[in-house]
Amino acid sequence: MSVHEVLAQMSDAAPTVLASAEPAGLLPARQQMALSLGWHIILACFGVAFPAIIFVMHLRGIRKNDPVALDLAKRWAKVSAVLFAIGAVSGTVLSFEMGILWPGLMGTFGDVLGLPFAFEGLAFFLEAIFLGIYLYGWGRIPPKRHLLMVLPMAVTGVIGTYCVIAVNAWMNVPTGFNIVDGEITDVQPWAVLFNGHVFAQFAHMWVAAYMVAGFSIAGVYAVGMLRGRRDRHHRIGFLVPFVFATIAALAQPFVGHFLGEGLDERQPAKLAAFELAETTTDGASPLRIGGVYIDGEVKGAIDIPYLGSLIAQGSLDEPVPGMDTIPAEDLPPVNITHWAFQTMIGIGLLLMLAVLLYWFMRWRGRDLLDNRWFLRFAAVGGPLAVLALEAGWIATEVGRQPWIVYGVMRTPEAVGDFTAGLWGVLIASIVLYGAMTVGAAIVLRSMARRWRNGASDLPSPYGPELSEAGAGEER
Amino acid sequence: MSLEIAVAAALFVGVVAYAVLGGADFGSGFFDLTAGGSRRGAEVRTLIDRSIGPVWEANHVWLIYVLVMWWTAFPASFAAAMTTVIVPLVLALLGIVLRGASFAFRKYSETLGQARLFGAIFACSSVLAPFCFGTVAGALASGRVPAEGHGDLWTSWLNPTSLFGGVIAVGTCAFLAGVFLTADAARGGQRRLAERLRVRSLAVGAVTGAVVFAALIPLTADAPTLSEGLAGRAAPLIVLSALGGGATLLLLLRRRYGPARLTAVLAVSSVVSGWGLGQYPWLLVDHMTIDDAAGARATLWGLLVAAGIAAVVVGPALLYLFRLTQTKEWSGAGH
Repeated sequence: MSVHEVLAQMSDAAPTVLASAEPAGLLPARQQMALSLGWHIILACFGVAFPAIIFVMHLRGIRKNDPVALDLAKRWAKVSAVLFAIGAVSGTVLSFEMGILWPGLMGTFGDVLGLPFAFEGLAFFLEAIFLGIYLYGWGRIPPKRHLLMVLPMAVTGVIGTYCVIAVNAWMNVPTGFNIVDGEITDVQPWAVLFNGHVFAQFAHMWVAAYMVAGFSIAGVYAVGMLRGRRDRHHRIGFLVPFVFATIAALAQPFVGHFLGEGLDERQPAKLAAFELAETTTDGASPLRIGGVYIDGEVKGAIDIPYLGSLIAQGSLDEPVPGMDTIPAEDLPPVNITHWAFQTMIGIGLLLMLAVLLYWFMRWRGRDLLDNRWFLRFAAVGGPLAVLALEAGWIATEVGRQPWIVYGVMRTPEAVGDFTAGLWGVLIASIVLYGAMTVGAAIVLRSMARRWRNGASDLPSPYGPELSEAGAGEER
Repeated sequence: MSLEIAVAAALFVGVVAYAVLGGADFGSGFFDLTAGGSRRGAEVRTLIDRSIGPVWEANHVWLIYVLVMWWTAFPASFAAAMTTVIVPLVLALLGIVLRGASFAFRKYSETLGQARLFGAIFACSSVLAPFCFGTVAGALASGRVPAEGHGDLWTSWLNPTSLFGGVIAVGTCAFLAGVFLTADAARGGQRRLAERLRVRSLAVGAVTGAVVFAALIPLTADAPTLSEGLAGRAAPLIVLSALGGGATLLLLLRRRYGPARLTAVLAVSSVVSGWGLGQYPWLLVDHMTIDDAAGARATLWGLLVAAGIAAVVVGPALLYLFRLTQTKEWSGAGH
């Protein structure tokens, strides 16, 4: 996974900031959080976006009396059962880790940032309930009512995403409290839930979830078509999620740009790192592609004049405030932030161009699903979207460092009082998450294989031959 | 009732619900573990799949509810507990992760070999998680979590109260699961299976009840504050729990499984509530009261609003799910 590579880089870069005062547990705690969040967020995307995609397929099946669509919806429901289960437990890990790893944050600000989590919990509750009803409702609830059971999940995906992002937005733009003599006073929890910065950040993440789920699911059927399975099953299995991915991929660059507006005011250090602006230029800043920042100098970057100011500041002469305006102890690890940011943008633009190309060619009367190169690209669309998602989170999270609550609390102040023994927990977690990834891959692939071989219901592995004797006698 | 107490009560409703509903799901793992080889245990394991499959994720959310209410309403006490009982919490978390993942993996396993592997992980982790939560409850209740946090990493949860807490948690989970599974088997027409589960549930219930009352003796020395509360204010709940437990055993003996579920829930919810009332007004016994631990008032009001919305929105949905699982269509095999 992309996170791991970045983690290795992070360990090189992090000591440059606050090297002397750093608690022993800070780095392993960071890596632990990065691993568990980076892993969970992929599944969270499916939790948010998969229900709506299933709904459309299921609706099509019922409306058009289409057995192929119904079959797909039924299979996707079973796949989502597996994904949601590991998503639910990996999300629980995060709840615990908030307290275990960052007691300084939760002990100090628990009552400030907690309310959005309460509403997120509520949304998750509804999602889990309707998941149970939908999954086990096939053939047991009247078809139309059964279909409607998916909708609450798509809605709770919106609410859940909004609430979790509200907390992250608050960490970027803290609000809803005062500090008097080191004490937190005048707490306004609703101001956190509805702070002005949430909406743009929420929209960016929500759309990203549809990109990840849409491209990933479509990719599965692209692989099938590459292997010569060219039936209607694969065609609509590709197209329905691809339409979702298309809308998301087209919207995302604009949503992201909207989110970035005003970043020079909110978090100038993050913007300077994004843009790799070592000094504040006279007049317009260039757009800096690639490059590394070593000893206060930028090396190996490709500069495109004016474009940096145009994109970041919406102006042709206003420069991007450079790192020279920011005290060294307030700078994030610059290179990781810059590269993660540009990886996200690069992949996002690539995916946008790819979907544009597909629909343009289709409008011209050519279906790129007959083109092997397009199918190959579609097959890696899911992993690319995941990479962009991870890169985006690394960019915003690493870019906020050294602060956990921007301008208020530094990450070393929040971390628990750990020894280097926390590395052991991290290694165990890597093994655990690795095993879960392998387990999920084995089970999902075996489900796909059995479906291809004509199985429709996947019976309990303990039956029927094992329990047949008992069941037969009792009926 | 003060605002702080109202929020603490709302939080504790979550603890009781998790102990009963989440507990029954964990307890199924105990029956899975003791079901015997793959041939002998096939029926029990298939029943467990069918029985907890639709509900375990919803029941699991009670834990999230408790955590969120705790850190939002009583942040300092949350941080204190998290820095003290890290070890059992990490182990409980491991149990939760392995339980959920392997349960889902087992359901869709292709081969018996895979199912056995995932099933074994599911069963063992289902016992690990409640045990660890029981030890955490013991740590809170016996005054081993200091207000400033960073209590002893080991003795905080390896002590008489915690160990009894762990065993009682595993026992009550298994007791609930046994009663529920027996009723499910009987409703599905699997009479022989119901008989088998009935005998086991009787045994588990008798042992657990004995442990709960045996624990009251070491508690007087190891957790005096709690012990005093249990003998005083919370005594009616302990008596109620004993009556509920006894009635459940009697109903199981007479094969009245439907009512037995109600009395089993009564027994477990009263013993858990007894713990809560027993340590009132302490949140961290002997170190921090509910009032001292409470966060900002505006946030407490916000949480009550959230809990109110939950009762109105989540409550009916949850009841609908539970009602569906009790209907004839959902009790049959398949899916």
